[in-house]
Formats: sequence, C-alpha cells, structure tokens
Amino acid sequence: MNTTKSTDARTNSHRRTLKRQQTNQIATVVITGVAGLVVLPIILVILYIFINGIGAISWEFLTAKPRNGMTEGGIMPALLGTLLLTFGTGIVCIPLAIGAAIYLAEYAGDNRLTRWVRLAIVNLAGIPSIVYGLFGLGMFVLFLNFGTSIVAGSLTLGIMTLPVVISTAEEAILAVPQEFRVVSQSLGATRWQTIRHQVLPHAIPGIITGVILGLSRAAGETAPILFTVAAFYLPDLPQSVFDQTMALPYHLYVIATQVPGMPLEIQYGTALVLLLLVLSLTLIATVIRTNMRRRRDW
Amino acid sequence: MSALPVTLRKRLRTLVRDVPFDAVRNIQWSLLDWREILIESLIRLAGISSIIIVGMIFLFLLREGIPTFLDIPLRQLFESRWYPNEGLYGMWPLIVGSLIVTVGAIIVALPLGLITAIYLGEIAPEWQREILKPLIEVLAGIPSIVLGFLGWIALAPLIQKLGAPTGLTALTGSLILAYMALPTIISISEDALYAVPKEYRDGALAIGATRWQTIRHVVLPAARSGLVMAVMLGIGRAIGETMAVMMVTGNAAFVPTFGADMALQPVRTMTATIAAEMGEVAQGSMHYHVLFGIGIMLFLITAAINSLAGRLVGTSGNRRRGGQL
Repeated sequence: MNTTKSTDARTNSHRRTLKRQQTNQIATVVITGVAGLVVLPIILVILYIFINGIGAISWEFLTAKPRNGMTEGGIMPALLGTLLLTFGTGIVCIPLAIGAAIYLAEYAGDNRLTRWVRLAIVNLAGIPSIVYGLFGLGMFVLFLNFGTSIVAGSLTLGIMTLPVVISTAEEAILAVPQEFRVVSQSLGATRWQTIRHQVLPHAIPGIITGVILGLSRAAGETAPILFTVAAFYLPDLPQSVFDQTMALPYHLYVIATQVPGMPLEIQYGTALVLLLLVLSLTLIATVIRTNMRRRRDW
Repeated sequence: MSALPVTLRKRLRTLVRDVPFDAVRNIQWSLLDWREILIESLIRLAGISSIIIVGMIFLFLLREGIPTFLDIPLRQLFESRWYPNEGLYGMWPLIVGSLIVTVGAIIVALPLGLITAIYLGEIAPEWQREILKPLIEVLAGIPSIVLGFLGWIALAPLIQKLGAPTGLTALTGSLILAYMALPTIISISEDALYAVPKEYRDGALAIGATRWQTIRHVVLPAARSGLVMAVMLGIGRAIGETMAVMMVTGNAAFVPTFGADMALQPVRTMTATIAAEMGEVAQGSMHYHVLFGIGIMLFLITAAINSLAGRLVGTSGNRRRGGQL
C-alpha cells in the first residue's frame, strides 16, 4: 500500500517534470520562430529592392539629370543634393555634438542642470521629424530669412542629428578609463590638456562611429527637408548655399507618388541608390566600431 | 599613455585602484591660461545647447501656431470636419487617424519585438547574436521613405486583395509602422532584459525551473519597467512617423466608422496632414497657423512620452545598482 502511494507520487512528479519540459521546448521553438519572422523580412526587403532596382543603375543613371518630366535620365541632381546636405549637416552637428558630449562626460556634475540637459537630449531624440521641419521653416526659412535653402536644410537636419551623435560620443568618451585622467593630472596636465591629449585620441573611433550613424540617418530623412530645402524639380544645380536643391529621399517620394506614368525601374533604382548610400554609411560605422573593440587594449 | 608598456600600465592601474574612489572621481584640476578658459566655456555652452534648442523649437512652434488656439474656439478644433478650404479645422479625424495607426502598430510590434528581444537575450547563442544585432541595426537605418515606398508599391496591393477598396488603409500604415518601431522596441527590451542580474536566472535554474519558467516568472517581471519604457518609446516613434505613413494610409480625413473593417479604411494622421498641406498654404493664413498648431500638439505628446520614459530609466538604473526586485 505504502509503496504504491510513493510510486504514484513519483510518477506524478515525473509527469509534471515532463510537462514542464514540454512547455519549455514549445516556448523555445515559438520564440525562435518569431525571432526568425522578424529578422528574415529585413533581408527580404533589401533583396527585393536590390533585385528590382539593380537593372536601372548605370553610369548614366548616376550622372545625368532627369529628362522628359523625370521619366527618363538620371538622378544626379538629387544625389548631389543629398551629399551636399549630408555634408552641411556634419558641419552643423559635429562641433556642437562633440562639445556637448565632452561636457556631459567630463564636466557635468551630478546636479539639476545636468539632469535638465539629459532630459533635453532625450526629448530632442523623440521630437517627430516633421516637427523639426516646422521648426526649420519657422526659424531658419522665415525668421532668419534664409529662404528654402541648403543652409536652412542643413541647420534643421544638423539639429535633428544632435542627440544620436551626442549619446554615442559621450559613451565613447566615458569608455576611456578614469586612470588615464588621474595619471595625466598627476603629471601636471590641465583638464583641457588631458581631454585633448589623453581622452579624445582614445575616444575618436567611437565618436566617428556616432557621427557616421547620425549622418546616415540625416541622409535618408525626408520630412525635415520638405519645407526647408527640397525642390520638386530643378533644371539647374544649386549655385550657392542659399539655393534650393533636389534631394534623394524627397525625389523618391515625388517620383513614386506625384508623377504619373513613372517607369517602375527608375523608382526602384532611386530607392536602391538611397538604400545603398545609407546602408554603406551604417556599414562603415559598424566596421570602425568592431575594429575599435578588437584593438582596445585596456 | 598607449606608448607605455602593457605591464607598467597594468601596475599603474592597480595602483590607481587603491586610491579612494572619491579622489579618482573628483580630480582637482588647475587652469593654465585664458585659451583654456575660453575652450572650457565653449564646451559648457555646447553642453547646455540642447536645453536652448528644445526651448527654441517650442518657442518657434508657439510663435507660428498660437493663433490656432486663440482664434478658433476649442470645441471647433475637435470637431470631426477637416475642410481647411472652407475654414473648418476639426482635428478629430486626424487625431483618431494617428491613434488607430499607432495602436495598430504597437499591437503588431510589441509581441514581435519583445519575443525577439527574449530570443536575443536569453536563447540565441553568441554567434547568432553577432549576426542578428547588426541586422536589426540595419533595419533601424533603412530610411522611412524607402519603407514607405515598399508599402506603397508592394504591400498595398496585397492588402487590397484582403478586400479593401484600395490598398492604402490604416492597416497598411500600421504594418509599415510596426516594422519601423521594431528596432526601438527590440533594443530597449533587450537592454531591460540584460539589466536583470545573472544571479536571478542562476537561482531559478538551480531550484529546477526550466528556461521558459525562468524567463516567464523571473526575468520578465524583473525587467518590467524597462519593458514599459520600450512600449512607450515605440509609441513615440510611431506617432511621429511621417513619410511612410503619408504614402500608405490613403490620407482621407474622415473618422472611420467603427466596426470590424475599421482597419481596412483609409485614414489620415496628424503628421501626414502637416507634410501634405504645408507646401500649399499661404504663409500667415489660418490654415498655416493650424498646421503649426498640430505641430505643437505632436511636440507636447512626444515630450510627455519621452520625459516619462526618461524618468523610468532613472528608476531601473537604481535597481541595477543592487536594489530589490
């Protein structure tokens, strides 16, 4: 009697263990499957655009102006415009972002001001891109009277890019061991000398990664440039920084939705060029970061 | 420093470690000359520039948008007719449109994102993580206009086959948005899972829990506040998205009739309205001011979400430093 009871209990607990393990296995399979479901389309999306767009890409496509109501020819003015804007974004954003990152990593104390600065950065990161566009229109285009111009667009994109670059640059600076600073100070260096000669040289790869990531974001943005710089179609290239320019993301929007009878191949080709431009920047940033991690010897 | 031989550097490091923590943290610096004073003030200025910029953004939105709220009775602003040409600025359809698309996106993206984060953080072997994380970063890097283009040209025809009159519907917008919000949700959820101390998992496994039980009953509850933050920032990301949404939601400024096929009706979001109409309005007209007014609302909504999420970061940070569950 006694023995039967304990055997029962044992089989019961055994059964429960089995059931738990079964649930575990099912859950693992489901989780793995869902993760695959999320990741696989990323590859498919890129492949899809690549396969459909690669036929349009030619030397002429990259270097010619659009012709015949944009249904023929190339995308050179838009490509050039995006490169110009990306460059301008860098000029606006890099000094300001690195300065802010140095401040946060090296100077900021644990006080109310620092908390406000961090809150401001979090908020900047969350402001919708179209609101940046409105701000650029209100401040740079109208108030400062730059007109719809490369300057206005670059300033808008530069400000939008700040939070990304600040946070990656700050991380890179914080990753430099505190010992370096202590030793530098003990040798009689001032704070700025320490930052300039000990901290920044070690942080620079990380900072560059952040800058490139930020610029790649800016290169692909459409909403902030809608009212600040982007032109539907321009027969001539911009002559000065106070001119409008065509830009690749907006050009894609225009030829996809605003121009009837647009050959599909040109649409896919434009999407592919934009995608490649942005992804190659991301790739460069990733390579720099991986190299940096491997080379770091502290 | 990097020129020092490794052994010496290691010895230096142990030496420094023995110094009391405060001495290492608060180094006493001396200033040398005016150039450094200048550089340091520039750095401090750059530091507080973010505050100034947020302030300026809000000021300029107010400057152009305030007539909306002064000249139009509040009740009219929330009516359901958006006919700017006739002077009717009822924002209700736009608010509902943004709401439907955002909620739909989160419903799709949250489970997918959370489960992917669980896979990356708890199940995937190291080599898979090395591949998958950059891949998700790639998704975050794809310009929204490219995803919008895909939605317009590839996804919309599929949705049309589901029985919608056109493929440009709230559902199409939600799906594209969900995909765009995924990287945000995944990376923040993963951080939250990562912040759960390893001892918790070890403890659960040691008393015989399976891996799923550990995840379900130990890791997820401990990561709760971080997961809430992931949802909030995902919402913030989705509600502010413009171009992709404008391309695929059909842009009809009507309140969709409530029902089963609500998702298959075209809608128009707040962001898309600004993007689509700002190019055509006369500067200084009421329509122009109202579009800035919508911008003010978007600014306030995202600011509220992000400030709240920022506060959550603070609390989960405390927990990481060895607080209690």
